[in-house]
Amino acid sequence: MSTPLLDVTGLCKTYGTNVAVSDLSFTLPAGGSLGLVGESGSGKTTTARMLIGLERPDRGQILVKGEPLAAASRLARAKAVQIVFQDPYLSLDPRLTIRAALDDVLRLHRHPDRAARVTELLDQVGLGAREAAAKPRGLSGGQRQRAAIARALAVEPDVLVLDEAVSALDVSIQAQVLNVLADIRRETGIGIVFVSHDLAVVRYLCDEALVLHRGVVVERGAIEALLTDPQDPYTRLLISSVPHAGWSPEEISEQRRALQQRS
Amino acid sequence: MNTLLDIKGLTVAMAGLGRPILDEVSLAVHDGEAVALVGESGSGKSVTARTALGLFPGGATVSGSVVVGGTEVVAAGPGDLRRVRTSVASMIFQDPRAGVNPVRRIGDFLTEPLRRIQGRSKAEATAQALELLGAVGMPDPPRHLRQFPHELSGGMLQRVMIAYALTADPRLLLCDEPTTALDVTTQAEIMAILGRLRRDRGLGILLITHDLDLAASVCDRVYVMYAGRIMEAAPSAALTSVPRHPYTRGLLGSAPPLTGPMPRLAPIPGAPLGLAEAVSGCPFAARCAHVVPGLCDATTPTLERHGDSQVACLRAAELIDETQGEGLR
Ligand code: SF4
Repeated sequence: MSTPLLDVTGLCKTYGTNVAVSDLSFTLPAGGSLGLVGESGSGKTTTARMLIGLERPDRGQILVKGEPLAAASRLARAKAVQIVFQDPYLSLDPRLTIRAALDDVLRLHRHPDRAARVTELLDQVGLGAREAAAKPRGLSGGQRQRAAIARALAVEPDVLVLDEAVSALDVSIQAQVLNVLADIRRETGIGIVFVSHDLAVVRYLCDEALVLHRGVVVERGAIEALLTDPQDPYTRLLISSVPHAGWSPEEISEQRRALQQRS
Repeated sequence: MNTLLDIKGLTVAMAGLGRPILDEVSLAVHDGEAVALVGESGSGKSVTARTALGLFPGGATVSGSVVVGGTEVVAAGPGDLRRVRTSVASMIFQDPRAGVNPVRRIGDFLTEPLRRIQGRSKAEATAQALELLGAVGMPDPPRHLRQFPHELSGGMLQRVMIAYALTADPRLLLCDEPTTALDVTTQAEIMAILGRLRRDRGLGILLITHDLDLAASVCDRVYVMYAGRIMEAAPSAALTSVPRHPYTRGLLGSAPPLTGPMPRLAPIPGAPLGLAEAVSGCPFAARCAHVVPGLCDATTPTLERHGDSQVACLRAAELIDETQGEGLR
């Protein structure tokens, strides 16, 4: 078997007495797409931050193509894993136009043909010349998120972590960005870790998913199997919480209370 | 049936903008009815809800009528507005933390309006606060009275905000994205509480949301809003099974399904119309796959009845025929 893109073993992170992530392990094969599904307090965001080296795990190890992430230099780490946050302002410099921001990253990484790569990136995320010449504030929310995705893709990282990256967008814009991400996945073979609370969106982009509850993986598997035949009560609760015709909030509340009493 | 909220031909405009914030909006909520107003950012859904409390954007020109519990609030005096806000309609918002003072106990927060506005004694106000916390499903009301906001989760605090809204003993509860900032499993809890209040107290509910699936699953009727205008109004079941307006269909086609086949999404192109952009004819024309130049940009469609729905689309009748038998969504 070839070396997986990402190989995560026994990841733990504790803040004071609060166990954010407990003994998390998973692998991401080349070209794979994995959903990390959970609500607030599930540990999904802490995991995302550890994957890009923003947080140091207390225990456990993250290997990118077999190399420990912790030992990598800053530039090497950036080539290994990139992240897109819910808020694009976290990765875009408000003073730079989108074109300049992309060019900046490429210069830092000594890219041989920056102009061509910038054009390619803009094209990949569906931004035109007008948007490229604008600063983040001059763009709509959807365009800003496309720009943040382009910036993350600039250095052709092995893995792209998307942390609730489409959650704040308007429904019609979210669909556009989801298609951009689906195309990028197909065209580049980049590995994707998609952190989200939204099962339907995870289904659209991922082959597999982990369901996280209070820092622990309660279920993992192929996304279709997980949705059609969930084994863990928490996974079942998450699925039934999605509004649909004949939805009964009362029943879900009872299900939720029963689960809380058990733990 | 008694009409709690009756908005008719409401237009709210401000100088310097390309289009009105609200344009000829008509909407009604009856006693005990749950009605949703669905739209994306800039659609005017929150502005519409706020007009039910007599809150209009500063400096705006307002025409049309907003009758709340029998009282006209457009150009109303302070006495009428006070009466509406303290006995007819209350509102809850997306972020419960923004509405509370972090250094005040929940008990003081709830008893203050009961004493100051409703004129209850201290003991009466405390008893009623306990009862309201029970009504919104808080597990231990006496303890919660002594707690500070930071001791409660977002979902628990949103229940406190609902209890606070109930201190006015309203007949109409305006809920502006009440679960958007909460976890998905918490959303169901809040919706269950709102459903119970509606049943037990005959409360009318206007739910403002961006989530069409949520709206249709908990409300009797849904209004879909775009660029300050109502595009479609229909009973929930009709709206999701036979969506008639191209925008409604676009919204439904934008959300990936949780079950069944998973086709590539067919997003609505472009972005929602900003306030600076001028409109001529149908506000959705720039993004509509069915637009007919010369027709759609020349005439502004108004709501017309088609089946159980009211639709503001010049081509509604033909488009229905087109989709018959095709299998919707
Ligand atoms: S009036 Fe024309 S542009 Fe507007 S929704 Fe109908 S078909 Fe589309």
